[in-house]
Amino acid sequence: MDRRGFLRSTLALGCSVAASPFLTPIALASAPGDARLVVIILRGGLDGLDAVQPLGDPDYAALRPTLADGRAIPLGNGFWGLHPALAPLLPLWQAGEAGAVQAVSTPYRDRRSHFDGQDILEAGTPGLAGEARRDGWLNRMLLAMPGARGETAFAIGREQMLILQGDAPVSRWSPDARLRLTPQAQRLLELVHHEDPLFRDASAEALMIVNALESEAAGMAEMGGGPPAGDHMRLVQFAAQRLRADTRIASFSMGGWDTHGQQAQGLPRALERLAQAIVGLKDGLGPVWDRTAVLCLTEFGRTAHENGTRGTDHGTAGVMLYAGGALRGGMVAGDWPGLSEAALYARRDVMPTHDIRDHAAWVMRRLYGLDRGLLETTVFPGLSMGSDPGLVL
Amino acid sequence: MTFDPNIAETRFGTGLSPRLAPPATLADMLDRLAGPDRIAARHRIPTWAEAAPTIREFRILSRARRDAADTPTEDEAEAAFAAIRLDATEARDRRLLSVMARHIDTDDGLRERLVAFWASHFTIRPRDPFSAHLVVPTIEQVIRPHVTGRFADMLRAVTTHPLMLVSLDQVDSYGPNSLLGLRRDRGLNENLARELLELHTVGVDGPYDQTDVRQLAKLLTGLTWDRDADPADPPLYRFDMAEPGAETVMGRTFSDEASLDTVLDALDALADHPATARHLAGKFARHFVADTPDPALVARLEAVLVATGGDLMALTEALLTHPSAWDPVPRKVKWPFDFCASALRALAIPAEDLFVLDRQGVTRQFRRPMTVMGQHWDDPPGPEGWPEAAEAWITPQGMAGRIDWAMRVPAEFRPDLPDPRDFVQTALGPLAGEATLFAASAAESRRDGIAVILASTDFNRR
Repeated sequence: MDRRGFLRSTLALGCSVAASPFLTPIALASAPGDARLVVIILRGGLDGLDAVQPLGDPDYAALRPTLADGRAIPLGNGFWGLHPALAPLLPLWQAGEAGAVQAVSTPYRDRRSHFDGQDILEAGTPGLAGEARRDGWLNRMLLAMPGARGETAFAIGREQMLILQGDAPVSRWSPDARLRLTPQAQRLLELVHHEDPLFRDASAEALMIVNALESEAAGMAEMGGGPPAGDHMRLVQFAAQRLRADTRIASFSMGGWDTHGQQAQGLPRALERLAQAIVGLKDGLGPVWDRTAVLCLTEFGRTAHENGTRGTDHGTAGVMLYAGGALRGGMVAGDWPGLSEAALYARRDVMPTHDIRDHAAWVMRRLYGLDRGLLETTVFPGLSMGSDPGLVL
Repeated sequence: MTFDPNIAETRFGTGLSPRLAPPATLADMLDRLAGPDRIAARHRIPTWAEAAPTIREFRILSRARRDAADTPTEDEAEAAFAAIRLDATEARDRRLLSVMARHIDTDDGLRERLVAFWASHFTIRPRDPFSAHLVVPTIEQVIRPHVTGRFADMLRAVTTHPLMLVSLDQVDSYGPNSLLGLRRDRGLNENLARELLELHTVGVDGPYDQTDVRQLAKLLTGLTWDRDADPADPPLYRFDMAEPGAETVMGRTFSDEASLDTVLDALDALADHPATARHLAGKFARHFVADTPDPALVARLEAVLVATGGDLMALTEALLTHPSAWDPVPRKVKWPFDFCASALRALAIPAEDLFVLDRQGVTRQFRRPMTVMGQHWDDPPGPEGWPEAAEAWITPQGMAGRIDWAMRVPAEFRPDLPDPRDFVQTALGPLAGEATLFAASAAESRRDGIAVILASTDFNRR
């Protein structure tokens, strides 16, 4: 065979997947609780004012000369309107399985950097001090859940998910990864990684996940599974697949929110993908959806004023979208501060009226019965939980 | 802890090669870097100025396609448009292969590593799929010539570069009180100003606040790009977009003259700022030596940057003459691109074999595997560039990617795989630990043996 033909041939010479010694004990581990929590990180800063529009606010239209285009879908009494790209969520909204909390933010203020904003959002800390970047709040919550195992929580996709990083065992996966090894090669790999815990643990877990997935895929193929469509849907289908089994917590991120210019073109695409993802989760989870909470968090909202390029710049408070059969939807919760100049934060951003961690903490408390003191000290250090906003049914 | 040729080639170069001897001494290593850039001439990558005219061509064909809709020439226009898009994709793949070929064939690997470091520091992200093939040519033009020069020159070249202006929205930033800003009712976009401070110069811990970001954004107004201009032209400055008045950034007030010189003055001041030296010193040490580097090394690098006014050759020399650079414990992890390239270099794959890959081949052998390993190669996740921490790369998924690649790809390039017992010497020499040496001799097949060596901690750390 000439080299060119050889290189172009697309048949990989894989060995068959061997049964993994790591697989069974973990895949069969009983998981704590029955509720499912999915956290979707919207990287880039979702414009809360455009996603869930305060149509009834007297100052709104003037702040958004082109973005307030009258196409929003009025909700309830018409004070709020849903961005038309979120229309696929409307049935869920009407069924009380999707909702929003307005004017929420992390404790992050003023610098308005994506990276610090995301770090603080995922670390769940009041600021960026020393350890803050090391572990995430979902991970610290796992530490407090008795019986949490590697399969209990999954960070899904190609992105680093600080929110799930930390001391509790967590699985990470991109649906693209695969692996074919003989048992002997597996043993030798263990050997060449043995002295280095970082490599040792990473490759052991990789083998475990691949083997588990391959056997699931084999099972699926027998039953005939449908083909996925789009990167975000592959994440969603993988998440749903795991959550139907032993996984209780899943987190992944979606991008496309940093709409500095021509927001009317860029934002709808991102919102559509998000709506598809949420609907996809509902479809994929089947009966488990009734015990599921999906929270969509972003590092900050955007400026109240539309900017000179028909977009919006990094702001402060934003919106948290949520969905799931375990949650009480059909409403826009939170305390609306208004958009008059005096009501804005630093005369430019939506004023945060609640800490977004407060809502996340209450959801975790109600879903998993976690102790309030633990939530206020370990999971979200420095948080003082207010009264229950009542998102969980 | 002093100079060691194997550490030099691994930690600061592109890896050991059976065909190319590592630098024998530190002086040899620095001489190669100070000498002519021979590998760039051997594996040519066009500069931005050479590659950018395709943008105009693309726009013309795109317009022609629109105009031809529902006319008899529709199919022809559609085909021409599809062809240029395909050309761009193929060009983008060729850039990847050229950079990899340089890694394989160079005897001056330090230069490749410096280019990659600074390119990540000044990450440029394409805003549309067509211009993705222009990222590497931009690096060729604005980063590569400066890695042994002055930081201030690199900062000027990058910041005023069209792709950076597009990448960070500067082309959309208008002085709110400028002629055009008033006429078109457009305003500031802070993105470039913010990243200049946070990422490129004084760093996020630097002595600036939101007011400085706004002031710098106002100062930068006027700096823009006209897509129809000749790409060889100097940076464009439009007075009618510039915010009137003088701006003050971190306590320093700049000229109220709206001109490119004022912008360049501000960039020079940022380059010269002591916080910039501190930020760059820490980042340089974290990239090359350890995620938590010896504070004495960082202090030394910072002092050299301050003393030399940002001389990057002096910075590199200061790094390599510091004992902690030669710590026998390898603390860094190879980025996925470096992992693949150093594996091909150790396997003595001729660079010509790379260039026969078609689009599917590049995707299958490099792009998709590197993405699984965590590196979507010429499109980093954000303007902050690639992460440094070993934990960011050595994840289960990342390891699955490395192991899978090591099992699959070497045999596709080289069906006659070497004996693993020889290869462990070629690839690692004295850097191979006992476990890796044993595994090389105990594998069931050549393929498994090569894969285990390439996936080993010894090969992945540097």
